[in-house]
Amino acid sequence: MMKPFAHALALALALVAGTDAPVFAQGGPLRIDITQGVIEPMPIAVPQFVAETAGAQDMAAQLTRVIAADLVGTGLFREIPREAHISTISNFSAPVQYADWKAVNAQALVTGAVSTDASGRLIVKFRLHDVFSNGEMGEGLQFAGTTDGWRRMAHKVADQVYSRITGEGPYFDSRVVFVSEQGPKAQRQKRLAIMDYDGANVNYLTDSSSIVLAPRFSPTGDRVLYTSYESGFPRIYVMDVGSATRRPLADQPGTMSFAPRFGPDGNTVVYSVTEGGNTDLYSLNLASGQRGRLTSAPSIETAPSFSPDGSKIVFESDRSGSQQLYIMSASGGEPTRISFGDGRYGTPVWSPRGDMIAFTKQNKGRFHIGVMRVDGSEERLLTASFLDEGPTWSPNGRVIMFTRETQGENGAAALYSVDISGRNLKRVSIPAGGSDPAWSPLQR
Amino acid sequence: MKTLGTIAVLVAALGLSACSKTGADRFGADGGAGAGAGYGAGANGAYGDPSSPAYFQQAVGDRVLFLVDQSSLTATAQETLYKQAQWLLTNSDYKAVIEGHADEQGTREYNIALGARRATAVRDFLISQGVPATRLETVSYGKERPIAVCSSEDCYSQNRRAVTVISGSAFSS
Repeated sequence: MMKPFAHALALALALVAGTDAPVFAQGGPLRIDITQGVIEPMPIAVPQFVAETAGAQDMAAQLTRVIAADLVGTGLFREIPREAHISTISNFSAPVQYADWKAVNAQALVTGAVSTDASGRLIVKFRLHDVFSNGEMGEGLQFAGTTDGWRRMAHKVADQVYSRITGEGPYFDSRVVFVSEQGPKAQRQKRLAIMDYDGANVNYLTDSSSIVLAPRFSPTGDRVLYTSYESGFPRIYVMDVGSATRRPLADQPGTMSFAPRFGPDGNTVVYSVTEGGNTDLYSLNLASGQRGRLTSAPSIETAPSFSPDGSKIVFESDRSGSQQLYIMSASGGEPTRISFGDGRYGTPVWSPRGDMIAFTKQNKGRFHIGVMRVDGSEERLLTASFLDEGPTWSPNGRVIMFTRETQGENGAAALYSVDISGRNLKRVSIPAGGSDPAWSPLQR
Repeated sequence: MKTLGTIAVLVAALGLSACSKTGADRFGADGGAGAGAGYGAGANGAYGDPSSPAYFQQAVGDRVLFLVDQSSLTATAQETLYKQAQWLLTNSDYKAVIEGHADEQGTREYNIALGARRATAVRDFLISQGVPATRLETVSYGKERPIAVCSSEDCYSQNRRAVTVISGSAFSS
């Protein structure tokens, strides 16, 4: 259960020898501009990758399925069903019959091959084709790694295709740490869990003997901060993801600490401390153990999140009389309020690009996930339900994952994701209930 | 700790089925009982004994309720807390952990801070009535431990609570 599960996947990357077809530079004619208002999904063909060595057939089939699922899952692509294909790809190096792919209206075509070498390593090659330009888009690439890491290799291929066509950064080769939930509402069992971004490979990091809340990744994804009641009081722990070993952060007796988040240096932690009835923000230097107080107000200050450059912190406070969002210097000082709409605003999270803040909004008995500019302008609500909360950004800043809880006696929490355009709302498939997701950086 | 675990299960089951103001509410024990040995229903002596934790829980009243997003004490709450203070002054061997809770209509971390405000409001009132601060500890569960599970005001009003849990032993080491 708590075994280490580091994907020992030394991904080797190499260019695949070119074909006769012309190669278009990135940003060529095959393009999805995802900032546009309405997007018609691009028709894409992903015929099963060619198995080039004996026994690679099953792996080729699984890899191809994951690649297609990644792309279709964005809502930006529509897969041309295999039954409609005229050509089959049986040789990765043979020229592609573009007319056959035009005939089924595939704008993009992904071809690939899977093999294992003498040492048992898995090798995956792919090419992306711009069908209506009769040529490849970008270079063919080859990935090599352990067989255990086959899903990561599929995500790497899909990331390449996604990035070349959209011009956006990749995000499929990433993980999510979250709180797995089981049992009835009044006796909810919670345990820390980690999975691939798409809900595959769920592993549990703690048992369910104590309440655990709101895990957060370090900037390199090797550690997780979270809050646990295992001492009887909420307290922050830092866990090494590879070994699942953990230690509590230093705290003062008689206080509660929660809502931790790493700074971009991976060494600074900001969090809330409650002393008596008052909750303020503090920072802790993990290496030196030095602690600093960032706010001193009689109000509730919590849910801090760093800007990507580490210079500022966005947080929530009810100093105005209701929960609102504020930004201050990372060293403390006078904060500036940025939320001014109706209702209450909480759980702000700075986007990895630095240009937006995602938040939870509570208004007229409904909950929303929304985004706004760093100055509070251009607020857009992406979701609405009985209870949505706790957004986390995909590594490329295009997708937000969050908790959605249904109402009533049988209410349960689940993980959802939505594009920052508000499109493509969907539930993440996991074995049990889930809450408090935190997206990792892109894996290396 | 072993026997305490058994009590916690029993108490949790009661809380689930009863969903009433007098339902037992000692969820904290599942987290390792950092507050020391809590007395749940059925394990705390005779109800008829005015010096028993059972009497405190059921006759004195172990909990007070709060308005939405508020931590100020209502007149009803102050009446209950006045009786709690008298009991604690009379039964000076006991300590207490005050558990603050919130309903589900709020974000998780804010609700932990809100629950802390509620627990502290109770603690401050008890201290103002003469109960020594050293006998009182607070913890907040936010919205993590509802006792009533419907999604309407009937249940929310029961969940916005601070519960005074009597403990006979010293606080954690």
